[in-house]
Amino acid sequence: MSILVDKSTRVITQGITGEYGKLHTLACRDYGTKIVGGVTPGRGGTDVSGIPVFDTVSAAVAKTRANTTMIFVPAPFAADAVQEAAEAGIELIVCITEGIPALDEARMKRAVTAAGARMIGPNCPGIISPREKAKVGIMPGFIHRPGGIGVVSRSGTLTYEAVWQLSSRRLGQSTCIGIGGDPVIGTTHIDALKLFQEDPATDAILMIGEIGGTAEEEAAAFVRDHVTKPVVGFVAGRTAPPGKRMGHAGAIIAGGKGTAAEKMAAMRDAGILVAESPADLGATMVEALARGPRRRKVVAKPAAKKSAAKKSAAKKGVAKKAAARKPAAKKSAKKASAKKAAKRVAGGRKK
Amino acid sequence: MKLHEFQAKGRFAAAGLAVPRGIVAKKPKQVGKAFKKLGSPLAVVKAQIHAGGRGKAGGVKLVRSAEEAEGVAKALLGKPLVTPQNAPEGTVVRQVLVEEGLPILKEYYAAVLLDRRAEAPVLMVSAEGGMDIEEVAATRPHAILREVIDPVAGLYDFQARRLVYQLGVPADLVRGFTSVLKGLAQVFQRDDASLVEVNPLVTTTDGRVVCLDGKMTLDDNALFRHKDLQALRDESEEDPTELKARAAGLSYVKLDGNIGCLVNGAGLAMATMDIIKLEGGEPANFLDVGGSASAEQVKTAFSIILEDPNVKGILVNIFGGIMRCDIVAQGVVEATRALGLQVPLVVRLHGSNMEEGRKILADSGLEITAAKDMGDAARKIVKAVS
Repeated sequence: MSILVDKSTRVITQGITGEYGKLHTLACRDYGTKIVGGVTPGRGGTDVSGIPVFDTVSAAVAKTRANTTMIFVPAPFAADAVQEAAEAGIELIVCITEGIPALDEARMKRAVTAAGARMIGPNCPGIISPREKAKVGIMPGFIHRPGGIGVVSRSGTLTYEAVWQLSSRRLGQSTCIGIGGDPVIGTTHIDALKLFQEDPATDAILMIGEIGGTAEEEAAAFVRDHVTKPVVGFVAGRTAPPGKRMGHAGAIIAGGKGTAAEKMAAMRDAGILVAESPADLGATMVEALARGPRRRKVVAKPAAKKSAAKKSAAKKGVAKKAAARKPAAKKSAKKASAKKAAKRVAGGRKK
Repeated sequence: MKLHEFQAKGRFAAAGLAVPRGIVAKKPKQVGKAFKKLGSPLAVVKAQIHAGGRGKAGGVKLVRSAEEAEGVAKALLGKPLVTPQNAPEGTVVRQVLVEEGLPILKEYYAAVLLDRRAEAPVLMVSAEGGMDIEEVAATRPHAILREVIDPVAGLYDFQARRLVYQLGVPADLVRGFTSVLKGLAQVFQRDDASLVEVNPLVTTTDGRVVCLDGKMTLDDNALFRHKDLQALRDESEEDPTELKARAAGLSYVKLDGNIGCLVNGAGLAMATMDIIKLEGGEPANFLDVGGSASAEQVKTAFSIILEDPNVKGILVNIFGGIMRCDIVAQGVVEATRALGLQVPLVVRLHGSNMEEGRKILADSGLEITAAKDMGDAARKIVKAVS
């Protein structure tokens, strides 16, 4: 099991005849992904190393029953490509392209949502489910190993670093998603957390954020209220100066907001185990697994009826209670369940 | 990419919005002439630099005669202006905008920016114009009114009207005010801006709604479809090293420390800066060579890092995915030789072809310290520079 992509995922590549499109499509196929076709307007009827190329996404879907697309189309045309995929009934749109205008991203997001599809990215490394041999993205496949850690991150290479730290500790991954570093993205931290919480193959979650915006704070609140699995967090950019864009369009501290310190504090308040150093991502996950489940799931029903004011007051109470409960839970649960969980994750799940 | 006030006002005027009559001048004499030409008993001389907070820093002055205007211009032109928002050494004023004074009835605030949570642009207005809007947002958030703009259809008339009535704009100015708000939303969308801000937006006693100030930032990712706007870039306002990096396809931000960093990927680059700090060092820069840098780009990256005289050591942290470690190693060796590198260099390579990469470094005969992981790399470079 995994989230969003698995053995049955049927993938096409939009922009398959470009240098990167071709390179990564073939790397995905080598990894085991079911690549069923590609799209480049004007190249319909040809093939790329045996992969049939179509002029339009509709034609590709009609012929191949593709349900997922990986987009390498250059930034000026990427929004159109995303919209084309959404209209053609593609369910999962993984947009690798970087440098897309922010207004185009806002339009893309609306079109994808209206079509009932899901987008990952843009400006992201994509998604991989190691046990399912499904890789829809540009990440190096060999650093991953099958297992029970779900990884969600705004970064590319920092995610590889995190995955490698996990794999070298024999902590395999259920699915890793790079959600992208732009201001407007398809799948958010919260979307991924929700999926990982519901996924029986995921035992624990590693969430990597960056400076800028408030997505990490919102994700932390979601973890506090809805996630029972152990969660490890990290936020890159604690040394970033305010007002400067750090590579990613979304990575900027604006008006004093979006600092790493605020985000890490929000994570800690939510009971997330925060790695202080990017060198400790794997080690912190080992510690989180040893601690065992975060706590029992909060029943959503009564909370929904409360007024907004009451809710925030109640939330504070819950957080306090959770904090108070932690040491006790640690004592009782630590040895038995933690050991079991660590073992399970370490060995991966055998079929 | 930031625009100057006079450039932003040019964009506003092109969209049919009212702005004060004004003349840009680069010499004090021209400023005196401009005052006479405007023929207004009261004028304002405004320093044209990209940093905000000019008023508080003395960069905006009211003048009542050509002589006074010239005097103010003399005091401003060619000298650095230090505002609360720019670097401690300030920004040299190269031009000023001379504008007619207006009979102001009331000052408002209006801005359009991309709201990440709404995943769309929002129009923000406030009746508390002329103030520091961040302070208003912090202390009286209800004084700021918002409408989310449909990224496809744009701002609807009713949304603009709703804001205008909420602001309590006098009846005779409602139409004019509504069309100004619509115009600002149009400028934002048409020019692919990331920020359009007018503070203050004023009503006048003679019944007009005028953009008294103007601030605009354009989305760099969208400049490819705005050839005309590219010409508005003022490179003298930007850090020359950052400009050079951008031309080479690298993302560079200068910092205050002494350890230069060369990393692939923005997230890993930030994390590398963080770990240097955690180990007791100070990063000299953020530098992302991108996902697929060539040996040549690695070389350029080295020369950019070394332009900073504070750099006492360099840390290279590469996690090869698309990028192959052997190619990076080749670039590192070439750059070290070509630039005659004098400072300690610690290299951490991991990922695709890492064994080949490490071998190239080891066989080069150069003084390159290899590191086994990020933590090891940070400790080694911090020790080397201290």
